[in-house]
Amino acid sequence: MSMIDVKDLHVHYGGIHALKGVSFSVNKGEIVSMVGANGAGKTTTLRAISGILQYKGTVSFDGETLGGTAPHRIVRRGIAHSPEGRGVFPNLTVMENLEMGAFIRSDRAEIQKDFEHCFELFPRLKERVRQLAGTLSGGEQQMLAMSRALMSRPKLLMLDEPSLGLAPLIVAQIFEIVKKVNAEGMTILLVEQNARMALEISHRAYVVETGKITLSGSGRELLSDARVIDSYLGGP
Amino acid sequence: MGADLQEFVQHVINGISLGSIYALIALGYTMVYGILQLINFAHSEVYMVGAFASYYAARFFDTKPGFATLVILLFISMTVCSILGVLIERLAYRPLRKAPKLNILITAIGVSLFLQYSAQIVFGADPKVFPTVLEDSTLVKWGEVELRSFDVAILGVGLVFMVGLHYLIHHTKIGKAMRAVSSNSTAASLMGIDINRIISTTFIIGSSLAGVGSVLVGMKYPKIDPLMGMLIGLKAFVAAVLGGIGNIYGAVLGGILMGLSEEMVVGYLSSTYRDAFAFGILILILFFRPAGLLGKASQEKV
Repeated sequence: MSMIDVKDLHVHYGGIHALKGVSFSVNKGEIVSMVGANGAGKTTTLRAISGILQYKGTVSFDGETLGGTAPHRIVRRGIAHSPEGRGVFPNLTVMENLEMGAFIRSDRAEIQKDFEHCFELFPRLKERVRQLAGTLSGGEQQMLAMSRALMSRPKLLMLDEPSLGLAPLIVAQIFEIVKKVNAEGMTILLVEQNARMALEISHRAYVVETGKITLSGSGRELLSDARVIDSYLGGP
Repeated sequence: MGADLQEFVQHVINGISLGSIYALIALGYTMVYGILQLINFAHSEVYMVGAFASYYAARFFDTKPGFATLVILLFISMTVCSILGVLIERLAYRPLRKAPKLNILITAIGVSLFLQYSAQIVFGADPKVFPTVLEDSTLVKWGEVELRSFDVAILGVGLVFMVGLHYLIHHTKIGKAMRAVSSNSTAASLMGIDINRIISTTFIIGSSLAGVGSVLVGMKYPKIDPLMGMLIGLKAFVAAVLGGIGNIYGAVLGGILMGLSEEMVVGYLSSTYRDAFAFGILILILFFRPAGLLGKASQEKV
């Protein structure tokens, strides 16, 4: 059984039909990515799952439907969402941002362990624990956003454009960590414009175009699909 | 110490004492603004209702002046103000959460007027004499400089609540959540933070600080009436803007500066133009620092 099952998802906002019946699923232990151009509806999909946007259609997570659940309750169900643009709290320190990631938890000793785990994944964060998050570089903010999402100990981690605006070297580092976190057992739903990077690390992927899923397959299949190469990978 | 210097020190003491009251009220404006980007114009009326609540409580319990009375009246005023603040948010602001900001702003002015005139019906428009909270006495005398019991109480109570607020904001989970909501409420909700609960908490804290201010004002300037919130509310709001609205340390700094400048103008220039000078200083400071003294122009990293 899949961990999350999305069926016929429709989102309207401000008179725009942003999602026109999107269906997909993510199985436990997978990295699944949604690739597509800017404005295709990838971010909208994640925001709908998180309860930020209202939608029609069904989202089942762990066998229960999520429709109409407020965002702060979705996290408690086990879905963490690292939003587009990272959404770190600039006026809070790095440590405080991580504490907010663990807001729903009260198991202090385990939280402490997870802080350590984040610092193992991203040693640069450890050097900057007392620094305000707003003073971090873009790459560091992305690392913080991912770590913060992990701090809720989710079953499903949703990452929205982790590569956005970052230097290629940093992007490669971030994707390494995504793979590593997945290898530790985390199920990941990844939304990316950087199709090549995303497809290379994904078990399965969906191509989203103007509010619809137009292609799906394993990461490797899509990497060699002529349509994907033409539209998203910039030629042969 | 020369007489001039003694006079100056006395003005500084009075100014800081008055300023602490402005600061307490300014905190309510700045905290609500920080979370909702709303100027809560009804805040000054919450303060006024707090003064009346403690006035009637003092009469009902027939309190005798003393420290215990101060504590009891603070407690009652804070409780009443918290409830009123939360009610205003629930009934007037929450239904408009997704409406344009201007609509909520106009609603806030409406709530403010509604409370002013309701209070005139309920409490009567005539001023009332606030009961004696503390005996007026001189605790320390140093040449011509006097440290009176009122000022010590105001400074002490003000300090306790400001330090308490600092602790709450920086060292408790709910306080950190408040800062998180203030910097990015959508991201905060993704952390599992219930935004509505944080907003209610903010109104509880801001309103209860106005309640504290109302008792302190009643103690030092014992005449209260339904329109008493207007001018002090405006000055506290100006103090919040002066310090950088949304920044709690700015509100404290702005409040103290307002109190000091008002006292200095009265002491050395003219008591007739005290408010004109106070607001003149505001214009001058905002001319050079439009975001306020501690306010930062917002920055975003790509």
